Amino acid sequence: MSEHVLPELAAVPWRKPTDERWLRRYGRIWHAWTFAYSVPFVLAGGVMIYLEPLALPVALAAFAHAWIIPELYAFRGASVVRRKGPRNERSEPVAQGLLGDLLGHEERDLQRRTGLALEPGRLGTWLVGEAGAVLVVSGGRRAHCFCVRATDPELPPSDRVAHLLLALRVDEEGFATVANHVFAGAPWRVRRRMPAEMRPALHAARSAARR
Amino acid sequence: MARLIRLDGSGHTTLAEWTAADDAAFEAAVDEFREQQGLGYIGTVPEGPGKATHVRELPREADLVIMRRPIAGG
Repeated sequence: MSEHVLPELAAVPWRKPTDERWLRRYGRIWHAWTFAYSVPFVLAGGVMIYLEPLALPVALAAFAHAWIIPELYAFRGASVVRRKGPRNERSEPVAQGLLGDLLGHEERDLQRRTGLALEPGRLGTWLVGEAGAVLVVSGGRRAHCFCVRATDPELPPSDRVAHLLLALRVDEEGFATVANHVFAGAPWRVRRRMPAEMRPALHAARSAARR
Repeated sequence: MARLIRLDGSGHTTLAEWTAADDAAFEAAVDEFREQQGLGYIGTVPEGPGKATHVRELPREADLVIMRRPIAGG
């Protein structure tokens, strides 16, 4: 008996399926939210300078808020793919071998360089890390970041990636539903907050999502 | 030769091997598969690029069956 439904969905029966429509809607909400918390600071700073030029230092603080808050959200999004947990250096080569067998030649090479496994899907192109994944939706204009992990903390890093990759391949929407959505926004915002060695993976995902 | 493996702290562990013609080896693999399910592992069959299937019973014809832990939102 086999199926293409993720068994972990039984643990989150209250969640709506994370499908294309859900992602589009959430992307718009995040976009509006970003404007809602940054534009008032910009306006307030502008008005302060207009009314009283001596208020420039306070206005600069307001501008800084308008810049810092979206950056913090983007940092949170990019953090899902950061390396986390024990490195298990003794067992990692074995795990890396198995993960390599699951990936194609180019994806394997990219994963070894960046730590992220590129996986094309129906919703877009995924980058799967040790404890999270980034989905670059078709067209490459928006990235969704998800926090999701294997429940065994003793796994070597590549096995953690393999867990997520296998679950994603079984049921893409189910995978996105089980995962916690933590950020949506332009890929360049995520890229700036990603560790430098991981950025080529995001570039590859954007290129794949544009095709 | 088909393999049943478990992703664990050692990287992975081969739990059983069988061939389509060897009933005894397959039965031993089935027992092992069920035992792992009892421990909370989930059976997954990789089916080439981009595809995998969740299995509740050990498929005799599969080349590789991977037992993995459940995933959860972090």
